[in-house]
Amino acid sequence: MATSSIELALNRLRETRAWRSIFRRGPARTNRTRSLAIFGNIFLHLMPVKVREQSLRVRATYYLGSFSFLLFLLLTVTGILLMLYYHPAVPQAYLDMKDLRFVASNGVFLRNLHRVGAHAMVIAVFWHMFHVFYRGGYRPPHEFNWVVGVVLMLLTLFLSYTGYLLPWDQLAFWAITVGTNIISAEPVLGHDVRFLLLGGNLVGENALLRFYVLHCVILPLVAGMFIAIHFWRIQKDGGLTLRENHEREGHERQD
Amino acid sequence: MSDSDAATAAVTSEISRRDFLNDVAAGALGIAGLGAMVVTYRFLSPNALFEPSTTFRAGNPDLYPVNSVTFNQDQQVYIVRTPEGFYAVSAVCTHLGCITQWKPDANIIACPCHGSKFKSDGTKVEGPAPRSLPHFSITLTPDGELLVDKMETMKPEQTLKV
Repeated sequence: MATSSIELALNRLRETRAWRSIFRRGPARTNRTRSLAIFGNIFLHLMPVKVREQSLRVRATYYLGSFSFLLFLLLTVTGILLMLYYHPAVPQAYLDMKDLRFVASNGVFLRNLHRVGAHAMVIAVFWHMFHVFYRGGYRPPHEFNWVVGVVLMLLTLFLSYTGYLLPWDQLAFWAITVGTNIISAEPVLGHDVRFLLLGGNLVGENALLRFYVLHCVILPLVAGMFIAIHFWRIQKDGGLTLRENHEREGHERQD
Repeated sequence: MSDSDAATAAVTSEISRRDFLNDVAAGALGIAGLGAMVVTYRFLSPNALFEPSTTFRAGNPDLYPVNSVTFNQDQQVYIVRTPEGFYAVSAVCTHLGCITQWKPDANIIACPCHGSKFKSDGTKVEGPAPRSLPHFSITLTPDGELLVDKMETMKPEQTLKV
């Protein structure tokens, strides 16, 4: 059966004890072993084992959710790389941002990728949300996953907002000054929330450090958790919301 | 034997040992969790702030001509001198915290962010600002300089006569 030497070598590798200890199932040649390949993989087990053909069509989703997730991954990778040159301190933060643009090799590319990616993610998340809304994706049995999606949209906005302060330029300072004053307009709790968020009465060193920790640690972890729930629930709620005429016509349609 | 059966029945009719211990454990965890939230909240509000002092000396009163509005850029305060006396008007817009600008030609304090307008005594002329600009406490130091405290406000009618 095996023709090329690469395939022979691969087959021999699959027979080894080490390989068999990692991948308990045999090769994915039957529906059963294909299912086991999904179940047995920690990253893929959130995904459905089978999907309807219609839900893979571009027009079913325009892959907007996948696009948002890919942008989240891109922002995680570029963000971690940016952290290697960035100190969340006054005035070092601004100088580091300038160094990233003008001194570090490909730094301007990395920074712009992070910045444009962040804008794109906000657009993708909202587009995804509109698309799901107009498809009626908030209706049972998807109502819980819709709420998880709303939380993810808010987390996307909080991530954008906390990242906005980090360049520590005039735009960042005044955006956070105005934004946190909006928070303090909230009755009863407003002033305390602003004080806790800024770690003081004005946008200073404490505020920069707090926004940095929120942006780089707390919010991405929370978002990652909610993304996992979001993916898991698509499968548990019985797949995507498809347009009704697609479902009725079923697989007879061949377009 | 029959005695112990009766005792067991009496105990189970009220609360089982397992349920009792579960309730005690849940209560202890609840109290500990609440305490953890309180101490975390206390930890998150800083006790020492390294922010600029809110009081500052604004120099000798003779520096300010009568009927003048002087903007102190560093402190974000207008020192206003009228024939009645001195007062210090905050330059921070009461809307969302932008720094306002004194426009001598129009005799108006204008906010560049959202277009609020105030008179030179801080009275609101045009929104979206919800309130007039506050007057800060202004006093004289023993050596005769103006001293402004941005933590304390004064009534707009009060002026410092020198």
